[in-house]
Amino acid sequence: MKIIVAIKQVPERDAQFRIDSSAKWIEEADLQFSLNESDAYALEEALQLKEKHNGEVIVLSAGPERVGTTIREALAKGADRAINIACDDLGARDALGVARLLAAAIQQESPDLVLTGLQSEDLGFGQTGVILAELLGLPHATLILHVEKTDSGLTVKRELEEGWFQEVSLPTPAVLTIQSGGNKLRYATLMGIKRAKLKEVRQLAATELGEAAAPVVVLDRVNLPQKQKSTQILPGTPKQAAAALVEKLKFEVRVL
Amino acid sequence: MSGVLVVQEAGRNRISFEALAAGRVLANITGLSLETAAVGDPNGNVFTETSGLPPATAYALQHPLLQDYTPDGYVLAFEQLIQKLQPAYVVFPHTYQVRDYVPCLATRFSEVLISDVVAIGAAIGDTTGPVFTRQLMQGRLNGNYRHTGTGPCFLSVQAGAFRADPPQAGTFTILPFNPQIEPAQIRTAPGAPFRGSSQTVDLGSAPLIVSVGRGIREAENLPIVQALATALGAELAASRPICDNGWLPMERQVGSSGQTVAPKLYLAVGISGAIQHLVGMKASQCIVAINKDPDAPIFEVADYGIVGDLFEVVPALTEAVRAAKE
Repeated sequence: MKIIVAIKQVPERDAQFRIDSSAKWIEEADLQFSLNESDAYALEEALQLKEKHNGEVIVLSAGPERVGTTIREALAKGADRAINIACDDLGARDALGVARLLAAAIQQESPDLVLTGLQSEDLGFGQTGVILAELLGLPHATLILHVEKTDSGLTVKRELEEGWFQEVSLPTPAVLTIQSGGNKLRYATLMGIKRAKLKEVRQLAATELGEAAAPVVVLDRVNLPQKQKSTQILPGTPKQAAAALVEKLKFEVRVL
Repeated sequence: MSGVLVVQEAGRNRISFEALAAGRVLANITGLSLETAAVGDPNGNVFTETSGLPPATAYALQHPLLQDYTPDGYVLAFEQLIQKLQPAYVVFPHTYQVRDYVPCLATRFSEVLISDVVAIGAAIGDTTGPVFTRQLMQGRLNGNYRHTGTGPCFLSVQAGAFRADPPQAGTFTILPFNPQIEPAQIRTAPGAPFRGSSQTVDLGSAPLIVSVGRGIREAENLPIVQALATALGAELAASRPICDNGWLPMERQVGSSGQTVAPKLYLAVGISGAIQHLVGMKASQCIVAINKDPDAPIFEVADYGIVGDLFEVVPALTEAVRAAKE
């Protein structure tokens, strides 16, 4: 099975954000970046499928130069090779524009399966995988926790809301977006990290993959959210704060 | 390009009515008319419940191949309806089903779904068109988006972001819409929905909940939060990452993919408050957050907060609760 995993590098979740001078984005120089969590689960699913059924796992990522470190991590975990779409203006493209880049690179490989996380932690559009399916003309399923290969294609376990699930059967090639939690994530081994240095990373320029169309959705500005409630912060040492909270729980919330 | 079309989801009245409310906001801003649509039997109960003044026209999409949801069937059906109606805006509730097919549908029109919208405002300054606010960076940042495409503008609205209107009397017409769909066009075969595991924990009826998140770092540290829950007489719950790691069973998960709760007290320990978690607990009567990060989004919904190291605060709190109960 030839599997492409589309991964995204995103700011680390506990980062402090400062809005940049354009007010359209944040200061990226402050930030540490890492692999988007549900993409990590997509990679894990791909690696497990390869272990069961043989084949090849190719990671694909678009972005500026810093994306290289996340690609190396994926290779260290066991991906066979990588495609890196060099693109410094990812933020100026809408979800369709980014998916077009990825789709053009995927088409050159004709994979049996395309996996990606169900949504990114930075923009949270949650649709790259679904748009990819449409652009590639492939069937898809979203929010997938488990993938089983069958004679005619795949049977997948799809998460529904409020604790419900569903099995979906679909032919390959197909696109799946992976929900977190279906597998246990592996760590890169020392040997894996060593081997990753020798693995192929194909560099593609965004310009090689077609003209960028004008975006149909634009981000005009970003701002820090307003508080919905006035939170009363209880100050002091842990002991003082705990005592103050117990007072509140006893006399105002009345649960003690 | 004419009106605002709100697509309701069968069996999901509350969030569908919230989408209707968002559609009304949009109709007021733009001066466009409001229409609605849903998959269902035009002579059945598809639009028997209403919210606010009913839109003048409601379209019931009917076809044997729409009986069970598939992305292919729904994309084909709504593509044809949109081609017929030529709406300027198409509004959806942001459900798992919408996330599954609407990005495809929007792509058919070379458009992008503006997903998980929390607010809609009038045009600012010399820009044109309404402003759609979405949450970025797991709720730590808001982004104002604008539609610049020439086709219909697709958007989905977050659960709880718009208030569903109480029903008002009014007359409306239900029009059947029968799309053309061939069996061969449906590429996926859906199975019947099933429950994950036997639900032995009913968080929904627990009056007090202590919930734990990533801040706990290791499964070995859970007992300190369990001790607080025990002292309070509360159920223990968790955010998704804790259950993903297998540290607590999935049935204890609160959030969009777990249970929705509204207890008297929701005490969040080491939970930063990603959108998916907040939608599952923000209706709680009192929310207390303990987190080391003063900028964590959980503090935006909390009534009381303690900014500090949970490994110091929680044991101190457990002790204080025990002392208060003696």
